[in-house]
Parts: sequence; C-alpha cells; structure tokens
Amino acid sequence: MTALLKIDGLHKRYGEVRALADVTLDLPPGEVWGLLGHNGAGKTTLMKLALGILHPSAGRVEILGAAPRGRSGRIVRRAVGYLPEAAAFYGELSGREVLRYFQRLKDADPRQVEELLVEVDLAAAADRRVKTYSKGMRQRLGLAQALLGHPRLLLLDEPTVGLDPIATQRFYRTVRRHAAGGATVLLSSHVLPGIERHVDRVAILGGGRLLAAGTLEELRAAARLPVVIRLRGVRPGNGLDRFADRADITVQESAEGVEITAPAEHKLAVLRAAMGLPGLADVSVAPATLDEIYGRFVAAGGEAVT
Amino acid sequence: MIAVLRTIAIKEFRDGLRNQWVIAITAVFALLAVGLAYFGPAASGTVGFASLATTIVSLASLAVFLIPLIALLLAYDTVVGEQEQGTLLLLFSYPIGRTELLLGKFAGHALIMTVATVVGFGTAAVLIATFTHELGSLELWREFGYFIVSATLLGWVFIAIAYVISVSVAEKSTAAGLALGVWFVSVIVFDLGLLGVLVATRGAVGTLGREVFPYLLLLNPTDVFRVANLVGFEPARNYAGLVGIAAGGALSLGALSAALVAWVAAPLALAVWRFGRKEI
Repeated sequence: MTALLKIDGLHKRYGEVRALADVTLDLPPGEVWGLLGHNGAGKTTLMKLALGILHPSAGRVEILGAAPRGRSGRIVRRAVGYLPEAAAFYGELSGREVLRYFQRLKDADPRQVEELLVEVDLAAAADRRVKTYSKGMRQRLGLAQALLGHPRLLLLDEPTVGLDPIATQRFYRTVRRHAAGGATVLLSSHVLPGIERHVDRVAILGGGRLLAAGTLEELRAAARLPVVIRLRGVRPGNGLDRFADRADITVQESAEGVEITAPAEHKLAVLRAAMGLPGLADVSVAPATLDEIYGRFVAAGGEAVT
Repeated sequence: MIAVLRTIAIKEFRDGLRNQWVIAITAVFALLAVGLAYFGPAASGTVGFASLATTIVSLASLAVFLIPLIALLLAYDTVVGEQEQGTLLLLFSYPIGRTELLLGKFAGHALIMTVATVVGFGTAAVLIATFTHELGSLELWREFGYFIVSATLLGWVFIAIAYVISVSVAEKSTAAGLALGVWFVSVIVFDLGLLGVLVATRGAVGTLGREVFPYLLLLNPTDVFRVANLVGFEPARNYAGLVGIAAGGALSLGALSAALVAWVAAPLALAVWRFGRKEI
C-alpha cells in the first residue's frame, strides 16, 4: 500500500544546530507508530515539518502524495489532526466553545463537536472554562480537537505526559479506535514503559537521526539482545552444565531458582533442555524490553555519530 | 477564505466582549468626552457644557494620547500571546492561511476599536449637543463625524503597529515594552524632535519650513490625526500649537485621511509579510 506520510531524506538545521539529518520514513495507512527519542532528539521538529509549519533544509515530506506547504498545504492539512505538546488552549473559553472554534476553522461537521465531547468524556464539563480543567481533561480536549474532520493522519506530540495510568489507557483506546478506522497515527513519547502495547511500530530518533524503525519484533531481532529465562525450583548444575561453558549463555543462581540469559535464537533450545530438569516448578521468558532495545539503538547511534 | 476570516474576527471580538475591553474602552471614551465638555470651561471660572465644536478640539488633543495607548494594549499580544500558550502552533496546523489568520484578528480588533469609538464618542456627542441645543447643526455633525472616523482610523493604525511588534518577538514582555516605546515616541518624542529642529533652524522656517514641515508631520500618524482634527475647525486655531504650522493649507482633509489609511495599510502589510515567514 502507498504511504500516507512519506518522509524522504529530510534535513532541518537551525543555523548551526542540526535538528534532523537524513530521515527517511514511510507510514502506511491504518498503523499506529511510536516516535521515540530523548528530549531534543528531533521528534517535535519532525512533526512540524510534516505539518508544513517548518521549511525543510533539504529533503521532502508528502502527505497523501502532496506537500504540506504552499498551494497544496491547505488541502493536506485538512486531512491531518495535530496535538501539540502541552497545549494550553483558550482558558477563558469553555471546552465546547474551544471545539466549536476549531471545528469552524477546519470546516468540519458541527455535529462532530458533541460526538467528540462524549467520546473523550468531556460532555459533563463542556460548559466549564478550560482554565478550570485538569491536565488530563485538557489533554482529552486536545485529542478531541485533533480528531475534528476525521483526519487520515494524526500527529500526537507527547500526548500522555502528565496523564495518570487510567487516563493513559483510555487515551490509547481512543487512538486505537481511530487507527482501526483507517487513520495513521504517529505519536511521540520519551516515556517508554507501556507504550509497546499501544503501537504497531516504532521509530527511534537520536540526535536528529533515525536510528531504527520497524515492529518491536524486528527491532528486537536487529538489536540482538538476549532473552532472560527464569526457571523456578531448579538448582544450578544438573543438566544445565552443557550451557555453562558456552560464551553466549550465562546461568546464574537466583533466590527461587536459576536465571539463564541467552541469545534469542537459542531460546527454544534452552527451554527444551529445561523441561526435563528435576524440581522445575515454573518457567518465565522475558524478551528484551522496549527500554533495552531503545537503549541499545541510542548507544549504537551515539557511537556512529562520534 | 472569508468564512475562516470571519470565524477568527468573531472570536477576537467576542474575546473583547468577554474580557470587558469593549465596554471599558467605550465607557472611557464617553466619560472623557462628557467630562471635557462639562469641565472644559472651568478655566474661565464656570462649569457647564461647552459647545460641541470646542469639545472636539480638547477631545482630539486627549485622544491623541489615549487612542494609540489603548490600541497598542489591546493588540500587542495577539500573536506572541498565542505563541506562548501554544495555540499558535495549533492554528498553524489547521487548513487556514497565515494571512487570513492575521487579517481575521485585525478585523476583530478593528471592530472593537470602531464600536468603542462610535458608541463612546457618539453617545457623548448626542448628550452634549442636547444640553447645548446644537442637535440641529448639520455642519457640526459633519465635523464630529470626521473626528470619529479619524479617531477610528488612528486606533486601527496602532493595532497594525502592535501586530508588527507581536509577530516579531518571542516573548509577551518584550512586545509590551516595545509597544510602550512606540507609544512614547509617537506621542511625545517625535514632536519634541520636530520642535527642536524648528528652533534650531529658525532662519529657515520662514522659507523652507512652510514647505517641508507639513510633510514631516505625515511621518507620525498621531500628528496626522492632530492636524486633521485641529486645523479643520475654526476654534481650534488657537490650540493647535505645533501642528498649527501646517494650517497653511498645504494638506487637505482628503490627503490627511489618505495618510491615515496608508498608516493602517503599511504596518499591516509588514506584519502579514513577517508573519508568513515566521518559524516557531
């Protein structure tokens, strides 16, 4: 399928500062992408370039086959929803008034305002002034605003910062519903734990460069990080000796049994061997977490840069 | 395009109603006019309503200070304020042009100044004319009408200048400082400077001065307003002061009006141009 958002050889410099360098990325329709990176890695810059708010120093951005700047910009931006980081909105207006204003600016269906207020659970607070809203309510209002006009592409910049776990869950559920409807979602985050359950693919930015992109499984394989297999009730020695002298496998005694760290491709071999061990009470397999994968790519990226 | 412009203009005007700007400016204008008319003759030992023509003169010399200040305060944060609260970034992501955005804001702010000027000064004028039995004087209403139109234009001029400031800086406090600076220069420093030149070149005033001076006044929109309102009225000649020099008739009312319009258009065009190139 053709890419909904196509980023090709994108560079952005602010004077001497390099914000983005040679980023190429294609986002097909209907997928949720996580854009990961430290603060200052270039996540916001990438979104501003995709929206046509900034001029690329080199390279191209296309949404639905057209540039987000210039003549086609207005048509392209009609198909995009954006939630900026920590948007404050108009504190003196009510939530409904804010949504109505943006609905008119986007020329969206007025009826969608009430639907969205219900969808993001702000119907009861719709007539309160936005300045009385909590951080979570403001973020939900921001999401509702981004969903006006049924956008094909959603760009969400740090959407879950400051949200409690329940609010975060609900936030992702809403996002997922719209992705199921065919929208492509790119959401940035510097908070990694938990995000992997909500995204189909991740792109990792570091120092303005794209360090990795793909599904979690693909990145896990590419990162060549070991899995940790925990065998409860097993004592070291008996039967595990044949792994002990291998350089790529380590066997350690833990409080409840042993912990085997092995390359992902030996996972099944280790498990097969473990099944016959005396005293085995339980098995748990922990693949490399997103945190570890992220750390691996960022460290590798740092080496490549220097 | 027009629909978007109207949406933005309506929001700006509603904001003006919501935060009491419209009502406050209107009340200030009305009280000022009525107060000046009533207490104006106090210098001659009495109080009571002076004629509308006399009132226009004193009103114009006060409006010259007040209108630019109010317009600058109303509009200085229009872009930089939205930039600080993050909504400018959001607006840029919408399918609207930056020119429409700024012109829409201008239409809203201009409407606020217009309503305040027309309603504030207008009701005051009707009140004064009722007391001084001048309601029937068409000539007077024509003059007062011109005062209101030029006062409105003066307000628009400083809204446009405030926009240039607002699109050019990154912080609200910088914009506020610059706005006050602009006000100070245009209502005080510029005239002092001209006066200095006038005194220093005393020999030339008789010959060259009469030719050049009226045109130097065109460089300052507040002076254009002053000239337009003071020299047009017979009772004003005694109060006209510095700008009285322009009373020689070098500048017609039409030319002065055109100068005010140009003083609206030029800063507005500059603001639109800078806004279009702004990166945030």
